[in-house]
Amino acid sequence: MIYKVIAKPEFEKFIDALVKANLSYGPKQVDTDKDGNPIYQFKEVNAASDIAFDYTTTASSAKHFLTPYRETLSHFTFTNSDWEQDISYDSKPMVLIGLRPCDISAINILDDVLLNKHFPSPYYLARRKNTFIIGMDHLPLPDCFCKSLNHHTVTTGFNLFCSDIGDKYYLSINSSKAYNYLKEFDIADPTDEDDCKLIERRKLIKQSFKTDVEVTGLPSFLDIEFDSPIWTKWGDKCLNCGTCAMVCPTCYCYNVEDRPDIDLKGSSRQKQLYSCNLVDFAEVAGGHNFRPKNGDRLKYRYYHHYLGFAENDNQPICVGCNRCGRACLADINPKDVINDLRMEKESCMICVSPSPDKT
Amino acid sequence: MRFAVPGQDVNREPFNDQIPDFHYRSSLMQTDRGYKCRITNIVPLTENEKLFQLRILDPDERNIFRFRPGQFLMLQIPGYGEVPISISSSTSNNEQVELCIRKAGHVTSALFEARMGAHVAIRGPFGSSFPMEEMNGRHVILVAGGLGIAPLRAPLFWINDHRDCYGDVHLLYGTKESSQMLFTYQFEEWEKINHISMHTIVEKASPDWSGRTGMITELFDEVEIEPDNTYAIVCGPPIMFKFVCNYLDKQGIPMNRMFVSLERRMHCGMGKCCRCMVGSTFTCVDGPVFDYWSVMNLKEAI
Repeated sequence: MIYKVIAKPEFEKFIDALVKANLSYGPKQVDTDKDGNPIYQFKEVNAASDIAFDYTTTASSAKHFLTPYRETLSHFTFTNSDWEQDISYDSKPMVLIGLRPCDISAINILDDVLLNKHFPSPYYLARRKNTFIIGMDHLPLPDCFCKSLNHHTVTTGFNLFCSDIGDKYYLSINSSKAYNYLKEFDIADPTDEDDCKLIERRKLIKQSFKTDVEVTGLPSFLDIEFDSPIWTKWGDKCLNCGTCAMVCPTCYCYNVEDRPDIDLKGSSRQKQLYSCNLVDFAEVAGGHNFRPKNGDRLKYRYYHHYLGFAENDNQPICVGCNRCGRACLADINPKDVINDLRMEKESCMICVSPSPDKT
Repeated sequence: MRFAVPGQDVNREPFNDQIPDFHYRSSLMQTDRGYKCRITNIVPLTENEKLFQLRILDPDERNIFRFRPGQFLMLQIPGYGEVPISISSSTSNNEQVELCIRKAGHVTSALFEARMGAHVAIRGPFGSSFPMEEMNGRHVILVAGGLGIAPLRAPLFWINDHRDCYGDVHLLYGTKESSQMLFTYQFEEWEKINHISMHTIVEKASPDWSGRTGMITELFDEVEIEPDNTYAIVCGPPIMFKFVCNYLDKQGIPMNRMFVSLERRMHCGMGKCCRCMVGSTFTCVDGPVFDYWSVMNLKEAI
């Protein structure tokens, strides 16, 4: 990795040049919430001035650029009594600007799942190879808990990462492409003072986390607590809307269906992102549902995020962005559910010794 | 244009012009391209079940398509969708694939409308298989409930092909009604030629039924089990697993010698869509065949 510093106005010039030459997406304010706070989303941008560099977090994640909500896997063309299947992995280069460390970590996790396992996904590969990522650090919101999952910093998965050190950005350059573009701008080697400011900045970020979720030993805890009444309690609140999976930066479960063309001369097989909270997620032919109750499905989502992946990939799939908690219509968030699960067990009369981190 | 990010064309990568080989899991291939097949024969079995015989059109693809007993494939009907179906033909039959299908959803309903000669596609084979070699020299008990006979046909054909490698083989088969019993035309062949002891039972007897009536576990009184020397293969509705496996467990058959085949909703077959996940296990990649010990360790598996 090569480190450089760039003055903020010069950086905007660089972004402007990049944005004008490529299809680019960056954070933009799209609305305000009921309390008057701005709501940001990753949207197409055409100039550096379109980008809200000081944004807090986006409501939806950047995963939709890599695993779109709806994607055509193949197309069938019907001829008389026969058909032909066409597959192509077309993807245009795109620049994603302003991703937070947790967003980049989420993309790294998706890489693991979709490219490093059995049957790597060519659709994802095509998009991933054509993505140029510029990350930016930020001060956490009060409900962010990415530090608990160690995703408040990131070292791979981006082309360029910018840390805000006052009037300059401290750049971590992770690809030759990014370096070649930056060469044409006024960049400098970081001075000792810049290094100090970076350390200070990182310290500040680390100390700004107000929410902590205790995840030590969580996989084993979840395994033991499979029949906990907690799941019924939170399941009763859940509305089965699937919003959490839609905004989650790592949820990738999907549904495949054939959609006939309007002229009936063909049909496309489409992949559509799905949510394990939707009622028919595990329903099989004949109508048997392996997860019939709200609580079963809510529990499964937590098991997949915190237990399944910890067993298969040695890390939970959750990055701690709390988008699901913010978006939930029924006010369910991972922090409360996990702490509740722990409290329920730790407040029972058999194991009375208090847990030190709960005091 | 100096700042344009260069495009990367994944279509040009070599996997694009290779025949997909679903056994070869380590490199990229056209995961969504199926082998095109012709429906060569349709055998109506009962009111709701038919046996479809498919032949892969391309000789190279036909050559590649080899499976192990217990594996499944994804059957594609363009315009309708894709469904996971267990393979119920013999592994030594390289010319055609047999699928025993119940009319249950809109894809299978569309298939039931299909005539002989129609073209469908298959992707696969996927998943784990019954460890037939491990069972060499042992007695085998196959227990099937209802449509559960479909995935058991492949191991049964394997046993028939290698009959001298196995000891006593029992097939216990139960259905709700006698009219739902599948493959009755083969019972005599299996019994007389392949020396497989057939035991059948129905839950509700109709006037034309002369056999036994009751639950499938009642058939065990006809079978002498030698627990140290016996393997069991079980397939049926989830409720049947519990009763059958508990009985066999009590008889002393170790859990790692009982094999079950699980049913789940699947949309990809490749461990991606997560629809078939049980705990942290993908039924499509790690299953559908599990030993009973693994199933006991999977929460909400049966």
